[in-house]
Amino acid sequence: MTVESTAARKPRRSSGSSKRAGARKPQSPTEPQLVQLLTPEGERVENPEYDEFVADLTPEALRGLYRDMVLTRRFDAEATALQRQGELGLWASLLGQEAAQIGSGRALRDDDYVFPTYREHGVAWCRGVDPTNLLGMFRGVNHGGWDPNSNNFHLYTIVIGSQTLHATGYAMGVAKDGADSAVIAYFGDGASSQGDVNEAFTFSAVYNAPVVFFCQNNQWAISEPTEKQTRVPLYQRAQGFGFPGVRVDGNDVLACLAVTRSALERARRGEGPTLVEAFTYRMGAHTTSDDPTRYRHDDERAAWEAKDPILRLRTYLEKEGIAGEEFFASLEEESVALGKRVREAVRAMPDPDHMAIFENIYADGHALVDEERAQFAAYQASFADEEN
Amino acid sequence: MAVEKMSVAKALNESLRKALDTDPKVLIMGEDVGKLGGVFRITDGLQKDFGEERVIDTPLAESGIVGTAIGLALRGYRPVVEIQFDGFVFPAYDQIVTQLAKMHARALGKIKMPVVVRIPYGGGIGAVEHHSESPEAYFAHTAGLKVVSPSTPSDAYWMLQQAIQTDDPVIFFEPKRRYWDKGEVDTEAIPGPLHAARVAREGTDLTLAAYGPMVKVCLEAAAAAAEEGKSLEVVDLRSMSPIDFDTIQRSVEKTRRLVVVHEAPVFLGTGSEIAARITERCFYHLEAPVLRVGGYHAPYPPARLEEEYLPGLDRVLDAVDRSLAY
Repeated sequence: MTVESTAARKPRRSSGSSKRAGARKPQSPTEPQLVQLLTPEGERVENPEYDEFVADLTPEALRGLYRDMVLTRRFDAEATALQRQGELGLWASLLGQEAAQIGSGRALRDDDYVFPTYREHGVAWCRGVDPTNLLGMFRGVNHGGWDPNSNNFHLYTIVIGSQTLHATGYAMGVAKDGADSAVIAYFGDGASSQGDVNEAFTFSAVYNAPVVFFCQNNQWAISEPTEKQTRVPLYQRAQGFGFPGVRVDGNDVLACLAVTRSALERARRGEGPTLVEAFTYRMGAHTTSDDPTRYRHDDERAAWEAKDPILRLRTYLEKEGIAGEEFFASLEEESVALGKRVREAVRAMPDPDHMAIFENIYADGHALVDEERAQFAAYQASFADEEN
Repeated sequence: MAVEKMSVAKALNESLRKALDTDPKVLIMGEDVGKLGGVFRITDGLQKDFGEERVIDTPLAESGIVGTAIGLALRGYRPVVEIQFDGFVFPAYDQIVTQLAKMHARALGKIKMPVVVRIPYGGGIGAVEHHSESPEAYFAHTAGLKVVSPSTPSDAYWMLQQAIQTDDPVIFFEPKRRYWDKGEVDTEAIPGPLHAARVAREGTDLTLAAYGPMVKVCLEAAAAAAEEGKSLEVVDLRSMSPIDFDTIQRSVEKTRRLVVVHEAPVFLGTGSEIAARITERCFYHLEAPVLRVGGYHAPYPPARLEEEYLPGLDRVLDAVDRSLAY
């Protein structure tokens, strides 16, 4: 058996297929040129450009970021387990992406607006969305279900990249209103190939919309590596659209917070969009229906585990004396309690009423829906007659 | 004076002007809608009077136009977007059917999607390909969308007002070859419901049901048939989603015969749905099967062949004769 080195992250190719590519030597789209404030070993590194954006973080705030990541991971693990137990039809795990989501999510103000894809459980957490609300669509009781305006957190979007245009339009509206809030759109490396994402870049640049495009490059779009999406590092795409792009260590919560704050402030100042590429890794499967062992190697995951976002912050907190045993023990208790709450909430989640099929299709009504609703109700009622 | 004679194009322009004037949340968006006033001049002069923030020239990207309109609607605006031609709506089709149509339901009714997508549609103007199509069935098939088409200047004016005021997404098909037809518009009238069909001509022997550009053809056919002693009723559907089956049913119960006419391909088109529903509703009233006249299962042909493809007077009257022969 051949032991593969770091190049092992590339999928096996038939020999000879990469000759031309090798001769052209394109810049690797995965070559890291990262904004980093905290190394994988938990060392704080100076960054003259971004240090000021985290200078205000108190020990309490740092412990808060750690708590957010731990609880989000616990929630995610619980949901994965619930899927395995048959309580959820599907789950899209965020394992490994906690820093990207908590760092960017905590950079937001209450009046900012978030347009997520379907994996932003950590961002939802930061917005104060009850995590059990996120499970309805995965349990199959609704297609979203929460009021986007109550937490300025839009519904999850399944169609890849669609929400980047909604975010851009919303941001255009923010600018029209003369407000100084900002909008953030989440998407993945696979979505960067979609026309909608590129149209969102065009519209946001042309209208100078206050939107931050936050791409979590987790290296894999189901089974397709980033190399199948792009020949240049993703953050460099922004330049061609006329706005800045920055690549941040997506496993570094401080760097994600700093870079997102910087981009949001730029948007608030009326200077337009920014593309942030959070270079991270999806440690689990794409969803619970996926089998990553078919397309990637264990040693790749092992290499990324060494960059774990939670471990590195813990090392830093311990080393700096910001958090001690008592904090970690109490957080563990809180984490267990969250798991229990999620478990119980999912199991108690009722199936929707049959008539829900016909609800909320139109705001102003529709004759055909009314007719079919009545037919369906009569049909349902006919069974009740039989039982009597 | 409230009653004025104007073209369909002018009526649409006046309607948009009124909407911009009365509701500061109304926006016009699309390619060339600003200085040019749109390729059909429907938005003529609006940017001059309401500014670039209200009448927005967009990049040439239909998915982007509809997708950003969705975002603006989420922010509380009421965007009216123009798709330049029927055949260009397909890049926006994904945003319309997977996002615009479903947003209200996905949020369990907590948010509304008051977006109007205006699409100049249909043939008969000698255009190149992708400029003459009738894609209404694609949209009517999707729950969450409303689909309408006016046939007169008065309906153009009022139906657009109503579409803009609707809290649901409305696909507003404008019959482009009728843009220059003139008629009276009472801008102070109280219009009927947006989705109610209209009996455009009364008759007793057979019902012709049509919408948009084909209403005029059917009225001409009814006039020609009258000279031969046949009394045809013409129902202008006005709305393809929902369809006012009650009005069609009432007419068919009187005339006992129905021919549905549209430009779109007959196969799986609006006419098929009407034929099926009216057969269910009027089975014992019908003296003949419901017949359909429309486009063929072929790409819309080059301009030199479109008169063969489009239902004209002769094809409509041929179907009338076939129905009456039962």
